[in-house]
Amino acid sequence: MLYYIFRRIFMMVPTLLVISFLTFLIIELPAGDYISNQIAALKSSGESSSVAKLEFLRQEFSLDRPFFERYLIWVGLWQGPHGFDGLIQGNWGWSFEYDKPVEQVIGPTLPLTVVLNFATILFVYVVSFPIGIYSATRQYSWGDYGITFIGYIGLATPNFLLALILLYFFNRWFGLSVGGLMDPQYIDQPWSFDKAMSVLAHLIVPTIVIGTSGTAAMIRRLRANLLDELHRQYVTTGRAKGLKESQLLVKYPLRMAINPFIADIGNLIPSMVSGSVIVSVVMSLPTVGPVLVSALQSQDQFLSGFILLFVAVLTLIGMLISDLLLAVLDPRIRLGGRAST
Amino acid sequence: MSIEMKDKTPQRVVEHYVDPTPFNPATTEEMTAEQERFYQASQWQIMWWKFKRHKIAVWSGVILILFYLCVPFAELIAPYDANTRDSLHLYAPPQPIHLFHEGSFVGPFVYGMTSEIDMETLQWVFKDDPTQVQKLRFFCSGDDYEFWGLFDASFHLVCPAEGGTMFLLGTDRLGRDQFSGLVYGARLSLTVGLIGVFISIVLGLFFGGIAGYFGGLADSVIQRSIEIIRSLPELPLWMALSAALPVTWSPVWIYFGLTIILGLLDWPGLARAVRSKLLSLREEEYAKAAVLMGAKPKRVITRHLLPGFTSHIIASATLSIPSMILGETALSFLNLGLRRPSISWGVLLNEAQNISVVTVYPWLMAPVLPIIIVVLAFNFLGDGLRDAADPYK
Repeated sequence: MLYYIFRRIFMMVPTLLVISFLTFLIIELPAGDYISNQIAALKSSGESSSVAKLEFLRQEFSLDRPFFERYLIWVGLWQGPHGFDGLIQGNWGWSFEYDKPVEQVIGPTLPLTVVLNFATILFVYVVSFPIGIYSATRQYSWGDYGITFIGYIGLATPNFLLALILLYFFNRWFGLSVGGLMDPQYIDQPWSFDKAMSVLAHLIVPTIVIGTSGTAAMIRRLRANLLDELHRQYVTTGRAKGLKESQLLVKYPLRMAINPFIADIGNLIPSMVSGSVIVSVVMSLPTVGPVLVSALQSQDQFLSGFILLFVAVLTLIGMLISDLLLAVLDPRIRLGGRAST
Repeated sequence: MSIEMKDKTPQRVVEHYVDPTPFNPATTEEMTAEQERFYQASQWQIMWWKFKRHKIAVWSGVILILFYLCVPFAELIAPYDANTRDSLHLYAPPQPIHLFHEGSFVGPFVYGMTSEIDMETLQWVFKDDPTQVQKLRFFCSGDDYEFWGLFDASFHLVCPAEGGTMFLLGTDRLGRDQFSGLVYGARLSLTVGLIGVFISIVLGLFFGGIAGYFGGLADSVIQRSIEIIRSLPELPLWMALSAALPVTWSPVWIYFGLTIILGLLDWPGLARAVRSKLLSLREEEYAKAAVLMGAKPKRVITRHLLPGFTSHIIASATLSIPSMILGETALSFLNLGLRRPSISWGVLLNEAQNISVVTVYPWLMAPVLPIIIVVLAFNFLGDGLRDAADPYK
């Protein structure tokens, strides 16, 4: 098992390298960079006093070097103006727009981003599991039809529109400010029990909004998987031998059906992280989402690059956890390497 | 016991009967006309029959066709030009269509609106004016437009009464008609998915074809890159890529840039399906025969293997259109995609970004409805197509 964990983590290294390169490529795509755009703006308005300072900044952040060198300096595999000082060394870069290190700009938003994403994944697990089992064991009952129907709608409704609709109705019916992280009166207040409860209450709606489509997909999958297993002969045999229904279900078919269920959640993680970014923008949650949008718009390259990388790493870790869970559940995987499903 | 019984049964002499007519083995397997039709039908015909049985999918298809009619005929259907501003009707509420005025039938009409300023909130307040009956005109001339960029025209299917207004879904902050916006917006919103899917199919076929047919190193390289791309969250990447589109580009180029971006990240799913299908079809006898007869890989793939899974590709492509429509909507909503004067449903929704505005003027959320309907319809249609793609099951 330990061997498997190590191998699985080691496999992430090349993936991370490729992802960091792609990220850098994407944020470098727009013509020019933040500082040279500013220089151009200053020059066109006739000011040249601060151009020298900006030129100095360009050198400081090695924006004047060739592309590959810049990339390696950013990652920390090449000597920049200050020696090896990149992501690997723990320097996340500089945000030009805020004139602060990236660390300080998004530092406060990171914990909430992580908490929100993991809460969503947990929500999907906890909700879809019992509902999927219910739906499969009571196939073609009213409950099953209802769940299937709601699942369809949930799957099709884009989460940011759902957020918008919910915001509107909450505002209209309860006069509640659903957006934001806490009720306005707690902002800038020291942490207290009430404030914590307010934060929790405000986290529920985004969690549901982001998790809905994932939950709907998972219910469908678990139902289909379980239905396949329930018609197998070993189930009939077990029933004939007098096993109790509940015992029969938990001991045999459920164990078979749970495997693809967990593997699928791993596949869903990227779309959930995607969802959390845009839902945060709509509901103005202080996660990395809104910062990313403004950074992209102002071409604040190191900031947006770091956020993109962070979001990608978050999904990778999520997938790692789901893979490890699979390995715990299924000895074939930790011994043989890959799932056959 | 049994011997006794046998003894007691009376001996009956049965004459050995032989049918004089010659025996035709085919008669034992004679089919009803129905069956015969089924076995003689082509694969596509059987798919069509199977698809027709999926009622929801058929209805979804009909609804989608109706929506897609807006693409070529937006100018005719919309009562206004989507960028026409009516400065007297800013944030005007929707005007419902009535048929009866004071108990008597008048035909479709709307009540005129009176407007006054609320001095407390400093907002225009619009009220129905029951004395003004504005009958809608049909097949009439209204706002000018250039039809398909070919000739000028001013013909509309329906227009407001002379001097009257007809804001079926209200107006936005500049007095632009929301309903006309939706009709015009369908043009970009609905085609974004089609072009994007086309790009994604081309890429998916190409990479999936190479991986599945040649196997070996090419397969593992492509598989690894597919895994990496699939492990990335789509939306942030879309956002980053579309932020990279130069601001100086004309709306048309921005639109094509967007569709390419949407297609660029979508192909891995399709490539995977193509690869696994190819891997299994490659082992079929007819494919082997073609290879042995000296057909080149290109011919084997396109002539012998591709027809085997075209239907699957169509089905899975249909299922990935909605995610592209939503991608465009999300990007335009965030100001990272299309911008005015281009109009898409996402651009219209952009007005609804500020939730306090939406609470006062809820009709700004109108684009949500067609988006959800179209996405649902595509999902049902895709499900129906996927079931029909394997008609022999």
